[in-house]
Amino acid sequence: MRSSAGSGPAWRAAICRRLPDAVLDLITNPLAGIGRVFLGFLAAVGRLMLFTGTALTHVMRPPIYFRLILRQMLEIGYFSLPVVGLTAIFTGMVLALQSHTGFSRFAESAVALVVVISMTRELGPVLAGLMVAGRIGAAMAAEIGTMRVTEQIDALTTLSTNPYKYLVAPRLLSGILMLPCLVLVADIIGVFGGFLVSTYVLGYNPAAYIHNSWDTLKTMDVVSGLVKAAVFGLIITLMGCYHGYNSRGGAQGVGQATTNAVVSASILILTGDYILTALFFSK
Amino acid sequence: MTVPAKIRLIGVEKSFGAKTVLDGVSLEVAAGSSTVIIGGSGSGKSVMLKCMLGLLTPDNGSILIDGEDVVGMRPRDSERVMKKFGMLFQGGALFDSLPVWENVAFGLIEGRGMSRAAARGKAEDTLAQVGLGRDVASLSPAELSGGMQKRVALARAIASEPEIIFFDEPTTGLDPIMADVINDLIIKCVRDLGATAVSITHDMHSARKISDRVAMLYHGKLIWIGPTGEIDHSGNDYVDQFINGRADGPIKMELKG
Repeated sequence: MRSSAGSGPAWRAAICRRLPDAVLDLITNPLAGIGRVFLGFLAAVGRLMLFTGTALTHVMRPPIYFRLILRQMLEIGYFSLPVVGLTAIFTGMVLALQSHTGFSRFAESAVALVVVISMTRELGPVLAGLMVAGRIGAAMAAEIGTMRVTEQIDALTTLSTNPYKYLVAPRLLSGILMLPCLVLVADIIGVFGGFLVSTYVLGYNPAAYIHNSWDTLKTMDVVSGLVKAAVFGLIITLMGCYHGYNSRGGAQGVGQATTNAVVSASILILTGDYILTALFFSK
Repeated sequence: MTVPAKIRLIGVEKSFGAKTVLDGVSLEVAAGSSTVIIGGSGSGKSVMLKCMLGLLTPDNGSILIDGEDVVGMRPRDSERVMKKFGMLFQGGALFDSLPVWENVAFGLIEGRGMSRAAARGKAEDTLAQVGLGRDVASLSPAELSGGMQKRVALARAIASEPEIIFFDEPTTGLDPIMADVINDLIIKCVRDLGATAVSITHDMHSARKISDRVAMLYHGKLIWIGPTGEIDHSGNDYVDQFINGRADGPIKMELKG
């Protein structure tokens, strides 16, 4: 540890001064360092699980704040439409261009197939999820984090209002409900973007393109994407609320919470996407 | 005692990690009295207040509110006890997403289930009690000055007519005149409601004015408790140094944590 750094040559002391304790730990006593990091990780997972459990039980039990749920649904669903729509249309257009160079030597129907399957199964939910994580997850962490450091969350408790019920539950519920709606819109816009590029730029027959799209698309493709979206909605709002709720120490703490909310939501979305895909399509 | 204790702390201990913040605090607050807890920054005043409020759970000891131990109480019971409390936070802690009147009416609407229209009327009456007019009611808290925010926060704390009101540094950050206005409002509101008041402060002028008993917290222990009138003759060097604001004496400022 730091105290043992006193002896030895000057360059060693200089290095030890510059390294944070955790890194120093890993060098001087690797096993203990790894153990501490691992235990810290387990404790964090446990805290998150407790938070999730408490929050979800409050989603079910009355009183239910319809006014707050409506406001959050507007914020998450309606006001995210432009950003999600733009992401979707360009993704669909790029997909058409790229798959044209890649797959058109096999069959003309391949472009329609690639666009519609990738959009509904993967890119619709994942890209919409990531965009909403940046937009909503950050805003939630900042808002709830500021409420925490200005004692507004304590004030809620003293006014006989459960902060989980008032702040967390409406956000989780709105996230779970609104992300599938957003993704459905993103799917439609994305496929339309692919159609535009295929017919106007690449010169495919519009009727054949629509026919090919419709033929390859199965209900399961869309449904699996919407289920993913609901899970991503939970992940985004949960990360925003959790990191905001547990933020400490003024402006810097709130900034840290905001970063953590977006980064952890993005990573969990990508991890969750793999797991869900494996579950849906492994057979 | 002739008057039963409204709040009773028995041997309350609280630590954060290796740092002991409260080290066996015992205190009795009589119903209808006003007690001020004084002490330097970091002496554990806020933690003590948060323990009484139920925002923090003590590691040891018990806290009796009207004879009921609130430590380790089931959530449903602690919600019932919480309804007896009103709290004025140091920074006001007003909800910035709601207009002033909804802030004041919050406890009435969410806690007591009053209709919004009735709660608005009650909120406007309470705002009038702290000297704020109807024109303020629909403003957002961010549009108010610090002194006005404190008054709105005071109105919010008393709107649901609590039996016990806690004040966390009620005069900190205000100019001397506004501080005295707040002091007067606190005295008036507590007297009108017949409530029991517990305040923490390091503003001695405010402490002398609003309290009838003073307790001094130092290093997690209550080192002196007595009537406000006797504070100048406490015979306690720590209390003397604190109330006279001297840099040298038995209390050494810990400049390095």
